[in-house]
Amino acid sequence: MSSMPSSRARLPQLSRRSFLQAAGAGLFVLGAPRGAGWAQSHAQTVLTGSHFDLQIGEAPFNFTGNKRVGTVVNGQIPGPLLRWREGDTVTLRVANRLAARSSIHWHGMILPADMDGVPGLSFEGIPSLGEYLYRFKVNQAGTYWYHAHSRFQEQTGLYGPIVIERRGGERFPTERDYVVMLSDWTDIDPERIFAVLKKHSDYYNFRRRTVGEFFADVRKNGWSETVADRRMWGEMRMNPTDMLDVSGYAYTYLMNGVTPTGNWTGLFSRGEKVRLRFINGSSMTFFDVRIPGLKLTVVATDGQDVEPVSVDEFRIGAAETYDVIVEPKDDRAYTIFAQAMDRSGYARGTLSPSPGLEAEIPPLDPRPLLTMGDMGMSHGAHAAGSMKPMDHSQMDHGQMNHGQRNHGQRSHGQRSSGETDPHAAHGSSAQRGAVDHAAMGHGASALHHPSTERTPLQDMQAEQPNIGLNDPGVGLRNNGRRVLTYADLHTIGGPIDRREPAREIELHLTGHMERFVWSFNGQKFSEAKPLKFRLGERLRITLVNDSMMTHPIHLHGMWSEIEDASGHFQVRKHTVNVNPAQKLSYAVTADAPGRWAYHCHLLYHMEAGMFREVHVESGDEGGAGGPGAGHGAHS
Amino acid sequence: MSARIRVHMALALTMSAAAAGAQEEHQHHEHAQHQAHHASHGDQRTESERAHVPPPPPKYVMRDMSEEEMAEMMGMDDTAPFGMVLFDQFEWRDADAGDTLGWDGRLWYGNDYDKALLKTEGERTDSEYEGSAELLWDHVISRWWSVQAGVAHDFGEGPSRTWAAFGVQGLAPYWFEVEALMYAGEEGRTAANFSAEYEMFLTQRLVLQPKVELSAYGKDDAANGVGSGFSDAELALRLRYEIRREFAPYIGVLWSRKFGETADLARAEGNDADDVQFVAGLRVWF
Repeated sequence: MSSMPSSRARLPQLSRRSFLQAAGAGLFVLGAPRGAGWAQSHAQTVLTGSHFDLQIGEAPFNFTGNKRVGTVVNGQIPGPLLRWREGDTVTLRVANRLAARSSIHWHGMILPADMDGVPGLSFEGIPSLGEYLYRFKVNQAGTYWYHAHSRFQEQTGLYGPIVIERRGGERFPTERDYVVMLSDWTDIDPERIFAVLKKHSDYYNFRRRTVGEFFADVRKNGWSETVADRRMWGEMRMNPTDMLDVSGYAYTYLMNGVTPTGNWTGLFSRGEKVRLRFINGSSMTFFDVRIPGLKLTVVATDGQDVEPVSVDEFRIGAAETYDVIVEPKDDRAYTIFAQAMDRSGYARGTLSPSPGLEAEIPPLDPRPLLTMGDMGMSHGAHAAGSMKPMDHSQMDHGQMNHGQRNHGQRSHGQRSSGETDPHAAHGSSAQRGAVDHAAMGHGASALHHPSTERTPLQDMQAEQPNIGLNDPGVGLRNNGRRVLTYADLHTIGGPIDRREPAREIELHLTGHMERFVWSFNGQKFSEAKPLKFRLGERLRITLVNDSMMTHPIHLHGMWSEIEDASGHFQVRKHTVNVNPAQKLSYAVTADAPGRWAYHCHLLYHMEAGMFREVHVESGDEGGAGGPGAGHGAHS
Repeated sequence: MSARIRVHMALALTMSAAAAGAQEEHQHHEHAQHQAHHASHGDQRTESERAHVPPPPPKYVMRDMSEEEMAEMMGMDDTAPFGMVLFDQFEWRDADAGDTLGWDGRLWYGNDYDKALLKTEGERTDSEYEGSAELLWDHVISRWWSVQAGVAHDFGEGPSRTWAAFGVQGLAPYWFEVEALMYAGEEGRTAANFSAEYEMFLTQRLVLQPKVELSAYGKDDAANGVGSGFSDAELALRLRYEIRREFAPYIGVLWSRKFGETADLARAEGNDADDVQFVAGLRVWF
């Protein structure tokens, strides 16, 4: 990272309301250069300025060889890139040409509740053939996105990127700047996918353990260990291959709306810095992203600049964003490889010095298996076979100080969970095994499951949750590559509020794999009362994942400021991935009055009940808001 | 080193941005309070604290509405019912009596807690039908189990019987799908039925499904060829290929045996108490 703003990204400076087909295509998407007749029929556009006209409608698409109708914004999937400027007030007139009610939610934007775009909470939705005028001041910068918040319209294509220019220029200037929006397209009607999951939740899993695999494991690990392993899973009636509910069997993974064969391509000249703004706009997919041959310098997540950290690979959950900078040194093509977490498919594109070049596409990683640790169980004799010996190659000694970074700035309020040593859980633990040990020592005794979890619609509870942020997650542990974890992310500029949270709300992420029911604290949306935040208070939300799935949890309207295991500010996000059986906390400043959505960003989990309303109101009823008020509360 | 310089410059930039933003926001008094709180920290405020601007309250506040209306508006209804039709067996059997058509199907409709369930099984030989139909209410009671209650009707050559049915259905440890039902009929008749099945994945699409089924009766019913006590057992092995998950042709073998008085009645009619049949069929659901 060398000099300052003037050499900012080589972006066309566009006038207000300009609708630039050609230049836009260069910036956002270069299209499908070769052999991809069905990949992409529309050039992607960039809209800039402060007034925007967006039209939600339907258009024919053909991503797989079959013609289907997608839900589009201005005729495109993804919708046009909206480029805003920090400090501007933007006006967006959104017209709905669909037969059904629609909506657009500006994901990650801090804005008034009636501009948030969640029908039923923020507004009444955009009726068929009606329109809605969104207007708000943009007080933040970075990479965000927008999507429908109506039924399955996001799955069928209603999503697009937002890039907000930082006032005064990027903190990390680059010569090139591309959005890389990942998504999961399906030819199947999402209503059918949802119904199928309700009837046969394993339907899309074609990576189950077979009888042959049992015998292979017997040869490898011996009879007793293999039987013990199968017994363990059999007793729980769980499947260690359940990683994603909807797999590559149903999905074609897209990069900027282009299929892997279509090969979206971004151009660079050797020696240039290229900023890639990764956005996971998928409905149900976690992607593991890497570019073989290039180090990825992560400089922002969820629009928030972080201290640059260099990695080989990162996992991006649905709705998360990561900005990475790469510096290709060679005059050759590089593959941007984004494999689905269950390894059932991938999105792919290319960084290339000239159009039409391709690099080798790496093979998909082996199918990962969940371990007993992922189930929140101790790794006793039974699970030993499934735990790989720890590999210290990923241990980053350079990070060790980070746990202490904020010591000077904030009070040392210790948390009730008994994690007293600020260094133990963070700096000294490597990727995985140590996390478990920490959990055994501390988390177990303090864990309390709410009484509402005594529901038949919940299939497990973590007994010993994993604390700490340094587990890269299932399928990425010890893979020989340096994989990003939340422990690597440190937001530049500290928290938005240094007050110690005055109370804690603990929420458990719950569900039932077989019945395909998802919930918080064992209660579906329809069964739960809204969470109440007092206006102005700083509170802590602790999430305990009582399920074997990873959930990206998104709080609308307010930032989620993730804390490390000792309660120090780590990273500010709008969407927080919680690994199976993980316990994780973040602080929230409830400074956004109104009604907000709070949910798992896996679309079918949300629809199945993993959703809560959050109500932020001035603390008139029983107890003032603000610092010092309130006690720890389970809700 | 250069990072520090960059941060300082960035600070200067965002400070001016925050100042501009602050002016507009101060009109809302709640936020004025909030800002005042921050201001009390003076110069120690973090870069992020200075840059963050809380949103003004919404101008439009949603009217009160019923849960149903809200669910409809959100396009999100986690109480919605679903339905499924499953023909686990729809098959040809090479029975001693000649070609036989056998079936075992169910239809359910309902939500996560309660379902209406229609089950039917039976066979047809030489245009003679024999089998049962049950209409049950299924209510989930624990992680893996639900209770079922309703009526059952047996039909066939002999007089048909109607029963009140009650039982449990669920997923036992190690993935055994289990059903156990008790029946009470007219004239003090009772019966019990137990079945368990398992699925073994030979490949991702080739599935071996063993199934065992046991029946018992509390009272003789000679007209229907049934004696009291443990009456018959059936063991089946079906190998299916899931062309699609919901469309799977299969072949299999069915071994059945009658016991006690039921066996005697069969032998008296000139039939064997044991029988082995080859089957071929189609498993479909939608």
